[in-house]
Formats: sequence, C-alpha cells, structure tokens
Amino acid sequence: MDLYEYQGKELLRKHGVETLEGIVAETAEEARQAAERFGGTVAVKAQVLTGGRGKAGGIKVVHSPEEAESAAQQILGMDIRGHTVRRVLIEAGADIETEMYLSVTVDRAAKKPLILFSTEGGVDIEEVAETNPEAIVRLHADPLLGLLPYQVREIIFSAGLEGDAAKGVGKVLNNLYKAFEELDASLVEINPLVVTGDGRVLALDAKVTVDNSSLYRHPDIAELHDVEAADPQEQRAQEADLQYVKLDGDVGILGNGAGLVMSTLDVVAQAGGEPANFCDVGGGADAEKISTALDIVTSNEQVKSVLFNIFGGITRGDEVARGLLSAIDRTGIDLPIVVRLDGTNAEEGRQILAENTPENVVTEETMLEAARRAVELARDGGR
Amino acid sequence: MAILVDEGTRLLVQGITGREGAFHTGRMLESGTNVVAGVTPGKGGQDYEGVPVFNTVEQAVGETRANASVIFVPPPFAADAIFESLDGGMSTVCCITEGIPVHDMMRVTDYLQTKDATLIGPNCPGVLSPEKANVSIMPRDIFTPGNVGVVSRSGTLTYQIVNELTQRGIGQSTAVGIGGDPIIGTNFIEILAKFEADPETDCVVMIGEIGGNAEQLAAEYVQREMSTPVVAYIAGFTAPEGKTMGHAGAIVSGGESTAEAKSEALRRAGIRAATNPSEVADLVAEALG
Repeated sequence: MDLYEYQGKELLRKHGVETLEGIVAETAEEARQAAERFGGTVAVKAQVLTGGRGKAGGIKVVHSPEEAESAAQQILGMDIRGHTVRRVLIEAGADIETEMYLSVTVDRAAKKPLILFSTEGGVDIEEVAETNPEAIVRLHADPLLGLLPYQVREIIFSAGLEGDAAKGVGKVLNNLYKAFEELDASLVEINPLVVTGDGRVLALDAKVTVDNSSLYRHPDIAELHDVEAADPQEQRAQEADLQYVKLDGDVGILGNGAGLVMSTLDVVAQAGGEPANFCDVGGGADAEKISTALDIVTSNEQVKSVLFNIFGGITRGDEVARGLLSAIDRTGIDLPIVVRLDGTNAEEGRQILAENTPENVVTEETMLEAARRAVELARDGGR
Repeated sequence: MAILVDEGTRLLVQGITGREGAFHTGRMLESGTNVVAGVTPGKGGQDYEGVPVFNTVEQAVGETRANASVIFVPPPFAADAIFESLDGGMSTVCCITEGIPVHDMMRVTDYLQTKDATLIGPNCPGVLSPEKANVSIMPRDIFTPGNVGVVSRSGTLTYQIVNELTQRGIGQSTAVGIGGDPIIGTNFIEILAKFEADPETDCVVMIGEIGGNAEQLAAEYVQREMSTPVVAYIAGFTAPEGKTMGHAGAIVSGGESTAEAKSEALRRAGIRAATNPSEVADLVAEALG
C-alpha cells in the first residue's frame, strides 16, 4: 500500500526523522490560510500516489498567500498520470544547502533490506545509477541483526560526509531503518534529503510503501487507505476478496490462479484483442464469488465480451460449470461469454454447459481457441 | 529419481486440523504419501485419518522421525511455524500459506542460511513427485511419472502446463511450485541445480512471471552451468506498471521486472521460450527429441 507524502512524513516524524512543517489543504482557500500561517516562501505540493508530479507541474514554490491560493487553484483537480489531485501539502520554505538521496527497500534477490545513499539527491535515482553509479552507496542490512553502527559509519564515510552533515545523516539513517522495520515497509525513500544552512538534516519528500500482507498488524496504517482514489471496481473487488486490476481493453477476463489469468491476458493480446481487466477468482467454484466477479468485470462499460478461463485442479470442472450457470442466472448478464474449462472433470463440466447453455455462452476446448473467439466477439460489438 | 520429495519422505503436516490442512492431508494420503505426523498446538494426542497429532514439532519428530514438513498455518503464525520446522531438523519445508508479511520472510530466509534445509514457498502449491510423494495442494490426477522437471512461480499455470505435457504423453520427474511472493525460500537456480544433478530429469520447464529478476539470474545460471535443456514460459506481458497481479510478487516496478526483459534475457541465454502455455509442450517434445 502506497502512502501519500503527507502521510509518509507523519509516520517518519514519529520515528524521529525531521521534516519541514506542513499543512494539508483541500481547497485553494485552505492553501492560502496555510501560507499565511507560515509567512514568506512556501511550497504547494500535489498529493498523488504516483511519481513525476514535479515535471507535471504539481509542485510550485510561491512567495505570498495569494500566490499559494492561485497555485493551489491550478494544482487541485489536476490529472497527474491518471491520478486526480484532491489535496495539496503546503510546506514552509527552507534554506537548502545540499540535496542527497536515502532509501531502504526490500532486495528480493538478496532477500535482505537494501540501503541506498547518494550525495546526488533531488533527481531520479535510476538515472544516477546509470550516469554516475559511483555516486551511490549500496549496503545490505541483516534482517535478524538490524542496521549495525559500523554499517552506518561505512555509508557516511564512503559518501565522504563530514561534520554536522555526517552526524545528521547518521541519525536519519538509524531512524529511517527503524521506521522501515517497525512499519513493515517495503520501501521508505527520502528524495531529497537536505542539509539546511543552519545544519539541520530534513526529509523534503517521503515515499512510504507498506507491505499489504502486514496490514493486519498495522490497523492504523490500513485505515489510511484512500478509498476515493481507488478505482470503484477495484475497490469492490478488494472488499469481495477478489484480485482485480482494471485495464483499457474490451475483453473481460476471469480465471482461477494469478499465473493462469496473467497468461490468459497475454494470449488474448496475442490473438489481437485487448484485455479489459485481470480478475483472479481463486480456487473454488463458489457461485457467489463467480457472480460477484462477473458483475465487477461486466460493470466496466468498455467490456464487450467475457472470457472465463478455468483450469480445474482441486476444483472440479463440473462444480465450476454449475457455479458459472448459477452466476449467469443470478446476474442476468447478456454479454457473450466464452468458457474454456480444462483439467479435472472438464468433460463433465462442458457437458453440463452444453445441456443448459444460455444463448450468450459458448465453450471452447483450448485457451488459444477461447481467446480468439472472445476477441472476435468483442470485435463484433458484444452487447 | 526425483528431487526434494520421494518414497523416503516422512511427512509432517503443520496445521493438520485446520480446514485446508485437513483437506489436503486427506489428498496427500490418497496419493500414497507417507504422512507420519501432524502438529496443531493444543490438539496433541488426537489423530486425523490415522495420523497422530502432536503439540510441537519436536515431539512429532521424536515420535515419528519425520524429515519433511508442509505448512498450512495462517499468515500471522506461519513464520513461527517455519522456524519451528527448521529447528526441528526438517530437510525439506514446504510452506503453502499465502500472505506472510515480507519482513517475517526476510528473517526466516536469513535464519535458513544457517540450516541444512530447503524451504519451498511460501505462497506456493508445493512439491509433487508423481507416484512417489505428494507434498502439495496440486491435483495429482494430471501428473504422470516421467523425465521432465517443472519449476514454477505459479499454481494453476503449472497445472495447465503439466496437463498439456501429460496429454502429449510426456511425464514428469518432480514439479516444484516455488511460490509467488517477493521473498521465497528457494529460487529457480537452486531447483534448476537439483534437476541438473538428477539423472532421471532430461528436460526442465521453468515457468516465470513479472516482478523481480529471478528469471534473469536463472537464465545466466542455465547458460553457465546446465547441460539439461530448459524450456521457459513467462506470464504477464500485458501487466501495467505498479499493479500487483494476484501474486504479491507479481508487480512491474522498473525495467528488469517486465515480461519482455525476462524473455529477452532467456533468449539471450539460448533458452527455448514459449509464447503461450500450449507451445511449452511442443518445445519440450522438441528438446527431448
């Protein structure tokens, strides 16, 4: 789960990482009031769960409350890479001397936390990695031991830091690592981490991603989930415990198992179609769950045909067929549905479908044939 | 021969009295697996389908000499169950549980390095060696004994591909589901090495997906170390960036993690890569000659 900058900063402050003072505003008027409180120069920053907001014009540095108001006016409602800006963060200005980069992530291959530090901050770290790899210090922490004091020293000396900056960065490193552990984060990133004229080390931005699987032990963080920002169909799917991701095409897709569904999407694309979604109904032939999934998939107006791809493992094909028929009956869907049943008891399942098939349902034996058919039907206009 | 589990496997089921644990214990027994013990804290002294249930792994091992375990314990307690299995001396631990926190798994895999054990999973379908041992939730009916090893990050996609192999008369030595989580106990390379060392495995099918770079690392390994032919398939070409596609680990987050990048790495390493699941069986038939 990705957190907004203002949420991430609040969590980091609780772990002893210093940030600038900030106020969240939902209207231009609130932005003006916030700027009045700080006085002087302030930054107006779009709060969106995506990168690249600076380039998109989502961050403006202004010098008066009136300017803050008009900047907020422009930024609020703005679309940044498909995300609508509904809040801005107003932050007091700072006298920045240097900009650095610091993050802790989960390194999947090493199976350990990875700390990245660079004295080149405020720019895309992947870019630095390409153009100036020596500017990045990389170090793995041992998940059982935590970040050790000598490792902190190693990072600071490798980066060539001295004096107050070295001390300040060391403190942030320790606190950020603790935050990473205690928040069950998969990413905590500060870009830029700045040293101010008066020697303070501050997090000017914060990107925090918390591992979804750990949310059961962080109810306070789970509550931060922004329901409004989520796609309504994705939100409904989440509540029904279905794995659903909305895409741009017109062939609705349902199947069992993440890998099989991903593969189904690919095969549809290879057949010249465009998948409208990813939807994994999981194991089980539960008519209730299939109904909900069918309903969510077809509530996307763009969907013109549906491909239902099931490989019966433990779940038997005949049970799936009955579940599907009952789901179609319940939801009254009249879009063309292509069913491909394979695996355990697939014969029996196909038989059941053949005997009771509603007009809009066709069956195919293989994944490829089913994909081609679904693509054809979508092309013919579906509903 | 097979890898990881075979006739010598003496299996212990952690979470044997839970809904999933009980159901799949029944199926593993039906497949002829030697299930010697179950563990559910507080239910020691009972039995399930003739399998004695113990309170702790230590007691179970003391009484039954179990040497492998399969875990059906809910996510908040699963990491603890793995630690218990590792300390109990299991040589193979298979964790089926989906949804274990990533930080728990980093600690587990760190500790695993100090043990002479193989952890498969979590969030995996398990390991099955046809007609030898079934330490999995996989449907055994689609398998047939043979000389093709299968290693995969996905469950149903594995069934799909195994089924196509079986229908073409191509049998399997062992199928290993390594799991769809970001941090897993065993990655492709360790399993590929075991298949390479297995004289009865003549071809390996590797099924990958988006997320991470395990497939690239595996491709380098295949090119450098393996003489056994490998056929690969990667799922997730149509996955958008930043969205989790069902499996917690299946997320495109940077150039390396895309299906294109993985397929490209496989091709560069001279590995036969199928574009859809059906083609896998064709390529395996070709590789076997």
